[in-house]
Amino acid sequence: MLLLTGIAAAPGLAVGPLVRLAAADTAHRARGSVAHERKALIAALGAAREELVALAAITSDEEAAGIVEFQIALLDDEELTAPAFIAIAAGDAADAAWRMAMDQQIDDYRSSDSEYFRARAADLRDLFERVGGHLSGSVSAAIPSGVIVVADDLAPSRFLAADWNNGGLVLHRGGVTSHVAILARARGVPMLVGVEPAILEGRLHALLDAQKGMLVIDPDSATRAEFERRRAAYRSQRTAEAKYLGADAKSASGKRVRVMINIAGAGELDTIDPAHVDGIGLVRTEFLFQGRERLPDENEQYRTYRRIVDWAGGRPVTIRTLDAGGDKPIPGLTLAGETNPFLGVRGVRLSLRHPEVLRVQLRALARAAVGANLKVMIPMVTLPDELERCRAMLAQSAAELMAEGTPCAIPSLGMMVEVPAAALAIEEFDADFYSIGSNDLIQYLSAASRDAPELSALAQPGPAFLRVVRSIVAHGAQNGREVSLCGDLASEQRHVRTLLECGLNVFSVAPAALAAVKAAIAQC
Amino acid sequence: MLHEVGLHARPSVKLTQLAKSFSSRIEFASAADGPWTDAKSIVKVMKTRTPKDALLHFRAEGADAQAAVNALIALVERDFETGP
Repeated sequence: MLLLTGIAAAPGLAVGPLVRLAAADTAHRARGSVAHERKALIAALGAAREELVALAAITSDEEAAGIVEFQIALLDDEELTAPAFIAIAAGDAADAAWRMAMDQQIDDYRSSDSEYFRARAADLRDLFERVGGHLSGSVSAAIPSGVIVVADDLAPSRFLAADWNNGGLVLHRGGVTSHVAILARARGVPMLVGVEPAILEGRLHALLDAQKGMLVIDPDSATRAEFERRRAAYRSQRTAEAKYLGADAKSASGKRVRVMINIAGAGELDTIDPAHVDGIGLVRTEFLFQGRERLPDENEQYRTYRRIVDWAGGRPVTIRTLDAGGDKPIPGLTLAGETNPFLGVRGVRLSLRHPEVLRVQLRALARAAVGANLKVMIPMVTLPDELERCRAMLAQSAAELMAEGTPCAIPSLGMMVEVPAAALAIEEFDADFYSIGSNDLIQYLSAASRDAPELSALAQPGPAFLRVVRSIVAHGAQNGREVSLCGDLASEQRHVRTLLECGLNVFSVAPAALAAVKAAIAQC
Repeated sequence: MLHEVGLHARPSVKLTQLAKSFSSRIEFASAADGPWTDAKSIVKVMKTRTPKDALLHFRAEGADAQAAVNALIALVERDFETGP
């Protein structure tokens, strides 16, 4: 028995024989005349195109259809195929010419400094193999169902062509944002990345645990039996939970609990039905600011916020102002080289040092608040004065917009409660609502870094944390202010009962945890 | 360029498909003085790595040039039909 760790790219559990997929390297073919090679490539391109069109016709989800359409568009582009035909004219065999032309393109994508473009290299590789397969006359072997597929990388179209029922996927390359990972999550296929395939040579059987990010090779019978029990339980649990997804969350005693979602971008909303949520409890706006050369302007921010509130259709949407710093640096804005960034210039501390950045965001938020249930939340508030300065800036931004004749509204203003100094003196903060940021609040209360795995026992909700939560909930109830919890804790089923017992009745969770949390509430 | 992720795979597919429906030669650039890129080639369009917020310029030459430019601008303004 051997344990390997990887990165979970799609959750779930799978068990089965290991099937190693060789990269479909096209066998060398004998070279014919220039005219013959030219004809062979034209035929292979045509056959590959036909397959892709057929695949597009049976592909129902938008994400997958987009991947296939991209490949068809590439095939239709002479820019891609011309270098291969030139090489054939110069005397190359069709397969060598095709490989040369595609290698250039694939290298270009692979060396990009953008993760998005690097991930597209797999799409080009897929296309290369598909056409190459026709040239060599070998069609890539079908992927059987009920097995754990191990490969260096996997082409999206090969993923789509396989029946993944009871199967799993283990890749060496590819990150959690690759097309295959997106497809695997959408189809519920457990998947790990970052596992070196050479270690798996000659191994027969494995348990894929994408809950723990582990692969168990050649498990002994006890481990296997235990895993099968977990897997059966996981499945029946998922099936049972799914029934709760569309309904309002109610505890067994009939108490209505609102369950909202946390998002980091408008794109995440495409696959979520607004009727399944009580609102959006946290929009992390860092995504708008990260990985780009200049900060987003007011109009761009306005459009993004508007898209989110339009999706919510009157349900509350809480948008958090930029929470940069800590583990979320933004080049040119956050300070580099802080010895302890979690205790440094982050959240509102950073925003108040860059009022020009905060002002743009507050203006965009005031504009997006027209006719919407939009709320603004300030992160990392430590002193009441920080909140009041933000409130003054929000009012001033709205006054400026009105003077300019731009439609706007003043949204309600709340705060994240994540700094102990604020949590312990909550009555000093005149916020319209409070949202408990459990990740940071726990790490600050227990003086234990949240990114240190060996201290994970200290990252659990202990008595001090729960006492603080109870006091914030009580303060909110006495003063008619909403209290919610938007940290990772809210998404963990095992903590639902404890949080309900603290009096909490608004949870904001990861979208993938929505059904599970609603189901857990119903048991309490 | 309004699209969330810039001129990536799916917007590029839509752009080239629309451009190909016109007979005119169509080019675009992210600066008024170029460099200009053939809007009918997805390989070239993707190579531009055009980010979100870039200001796109279109130019066309041919019988349906005006209609082509209008249609492409409308596509960008509709956020490539991927928005809500």
